[in-house]
Amino acid sequence: MSLVRDLGLDRWRKLPSPARRLRALSFPLRAPTVPAGVAPGPDRRRTGADYDTAWARRWPARMARAALVEGPMRLGVEALASPRRQGLDRLSDLDGPAIFAANHHSHIDTPLLLTSIPDPWRHKMAVGAAADYFFGTHLTAAVSALVIGAFPIERTRVGRRSADLAAGLIEDGWSLLIYPEGGRSPDGWGHQFRGGAAYLARRCGVPVAPVHIEGTGRILRKGRNLPQPSVASITFGRPISPGDGESAARFAARIEAVVASLADETRTDWYSARRRAHASATPALTGPRTGAWRRTWALGDRSRRPASRRQGWPPGF
Amino acid sequence: MASDRRPRPPRPGLVLDVDRSTPPVLFHHGEGFRLHRLPPGRSRVIYPAEPLPGLADPDGAITEALLNPIGEDPLPSLLRPGMKLTIAFDDLSLPLPPMRRPDVRQRVIEQVLDMAAAAGVDDVHLIAALALHRRMTDDELRHALGDRVFDAFSPIGALYNHDAEDPDQMVELGRTDQDELVTMNRRAAESDLLVYVNINLVAMDGGWKSTATGLADYRALRHHHNVATMVNSRSFMDRHRSELHHSNWRQGAVIRRHGPRVFQIETTVNNNTFGRTGPLAALQKREWEWSARDRASFVAMQAGLKAMPAAARRRAFGSWLAPYELTSVQAGEVEAVHERTTDNVLAQHLVPVEGQTDVLTMGLPYICPYNVNSVMNPILVMCLGLGYFFNLYRGRPLVREGGVVIMSHPTAWEFHPVHHPSYIDFFEQVLASTTDPAEIEAKYEEQFATDEWYIHLYRTSHAYHGVHPFYMWYWGAHALQWLGRVIVVGGEPRAVRRLGFQPASTLDDALEMAADVVGPSPTVTHLHNPPIVMADVT
Repeated sequence: MSLVRDLGLDRWRKLPSPARRLRALSFPLRAPTVPAGVAPGPDRRRTGADYDTAWARRWPARMARAALVEGPMRLGVEALASPRRQGLDRLSDLDGPAIFAANHHSHIDTPLLLTSIPDPWRHKMAVGAAADYFFGTHLTAAVSALVIGAFPIERTRVGRRSADLAAGLIEDGWSLLIYPEGGRSPDGWGHQFRGGAAYLARRCGVPVAPVHIEGTGRILRKGRNLPQPSVASITFGRPISPGDGESAARFAARIEAVVASLADETRTDWYSARRRAHASATPALTGPRTGAWRRTWALGDRSRRPASRRQGWPPGF
Repeated sequence: MASDRRPRPPRPGLVLDVDRSTPPVLFHHGEGFRLHRLPPGRSRVIYPAEPLPGLADPDGAITEALLNPIGEDPLPSLLRPGMKLTIAFDDLSLPLPPMRRPDVRQRVIEQVLDMAAAAGVDDVHLIAALALHRRMTDDELRHALGDRVFDAFSPIGALYNHDAEDPDQMVELGRTDQDELVTMNRRAAESDLLVYVNINLVAMDGGWKSTATGLADYRALRHHHNVATMVNSRSFMDRHRSELHHSNWRQGAVIRRHGPRVFQIETTVNNNTFGRTGPLAALQKREWEWSARDRASFVAMQAGLKAMPAAARRRAFGSWLAPYELTSVQAGEVEAVHERTTDNVLAQHLVPVEGQTDVLTMGLPYICPYNVNSVMNPILVMCLGLGYFFNLYRGRPLVREGGVVIMSHPTAWEFHPVHHPSYIDFFEQVLASTTDPAEIEAKYEEQFATDEWYIHLYRTSHAYHGVHPFYMWYWGAHALQWLGRVIVVGGEPRAVRRLGFQPASTLDDALEMAADVVGPSPTVTHLHNPPIVMADVT
């Protein structure tokens, strides 16, 4: 790091991201905005929640995405995150499409999940992505749809389109990856889970596989442009389904509780985490309700515990 | 209880009469396979039943068993804060081959621990009930119990292997009415509750054998792991006609009176050893049903195996994890649970067979209970063939008294020096002087069982106990007494002769040699095993 600073390269970190610079361009270097009250022309390219991602779920795009995920994306994730994947055995009884609901720290979460979720879900996975962020321009929308299989989710206004699209995908046999927090963590702590994933699970009758991600904030936290190699862990929970009469809000709270328990399990051990879960003493994902510095302080050392795996001895003949 | 995943119900086992149209029959041959034509008109093949459907919701079935046990209170009601809880479990000798994750033990133990966590139990120990087997490595424990249990309990020393030679760790519980000593791991014996988690792969497993053998030491095991017991067990796969089990049940009565409260959890898995699809799927199909893909896979596999060095072949086979599915789980009082477990095991394995045969043929696979991640040495070849396969009967042996067993296996003169040190000396010294089990027991057992070096290796390394090769030999004592001759096809002649058997190059040669004992044109029965098949001989 000091060498980077000595050479004066650290100022590059402070530069806005290419996407931000692209968005900062003005007409005529980018398309004109449409005045309010003027009906758009019939040939207007649709972006945001109106962007049509159906092409990205056809076979040519799926094949290209599979090649990207298994090739450069996997290599990049291994190099940047050295991921430790736990709890995959909990998915062994999962059959058919499911909704993977994870906490969200970083842009690297999606590549990490796409390279960690096992077959058969991995290659038939649609990722819920913020319509206002990933689908703001036609270029970013196309890249998002192609590379990660994204589909737009409205998070700034209430609308049926996103929910109908997601439900249609599940009915077509697609699994969904959704971040119920609605965005990346700004400070390392999580947000309260929203009800989207829970609502879809109830509506479509599919289970939710809770997932906890730890450590990706150190690799590329919100607000940074260049990734810093570190280690991340990803823990899959046992799929859960909404109970009879359980509302989406209550089910969302249950999903959040399971993810919080998975976080506890990652930081301590499974049995201790189960003890706290049964005693309703699992630390919340959202952290203490205190001032900013105390929240940061309370994060403590979240560095990854040393791996306890080792090769069996003797190695056999 | 049943899953609806399969389109048609599994077919039961089959006894096929061989005629000229019968295709060559598969023989396992160590880390390889052979296809042999059996003499038409006088041969038959016993095929195992197809895999029973796995439980649709295995975790739900486990929960149900723990909450509604047989002859016991629900598990949660037995758990309380401040209690001493010990969970013992079967070691790496089960199942065979090791199963894909999640292992049945992991599924069950996670639920037991979850209930213990809900009850606020702090003092929990997990013990691999391995008796005199080798200690499991960390990776093997992790595979059996899963990452979560291993990471929670191993670092704090609460997950470990049973040590039958630690004088401070063993206690005497008493003696049976036939003066058999009963010993038990001290931690288990002094617990408020002992939960035993078992996998019943064959009918021999489970019941009081789990605790009376798995957590005992040599002083207790010698009462049933001996020649007399084995010879009087007809067979040890039939609990009601097994002297081995009668002795264990007597010891179990002592445990019930003077030991801890035992909550037994027994599970059964199906015959899905090689997968319904995949590269080894043909091995659990009947030969005439092999598809073009099966045949191509088999040919490619044979060619690949032939080109591989022995070590690579062993690694390739050792890496196979069976896709077993849970078919039943029952929990509660030991004997009541075991009765139901045995019924479920037999529902998968038992095939009715009429009449005995002059010659019994068997292809021995690459694995037995005692060479997981290790080498199948000649003593284990004998134990697998004459101990396990020969005894896979109910009623009477498949082969008539004075008949011949023909086993197919490479039988290399090779041992794993870390896992089987006493086997080497047993093979080099003891079998060089005699192969008679009774004489071996009388002259050599005590010496090997109390050898300080073997005890040291058992306790600190990953070695089987010094007395273990004797038990392997006793396991075949019933067959040795019953048979007129044992022939090994494709075995290393020097090693085969050391075992007291006769080597043969081909099955045809072996059948000719057998005719010298049982007469010309003998009847032949082939045990198409694995997947496991048990003959119900009438």
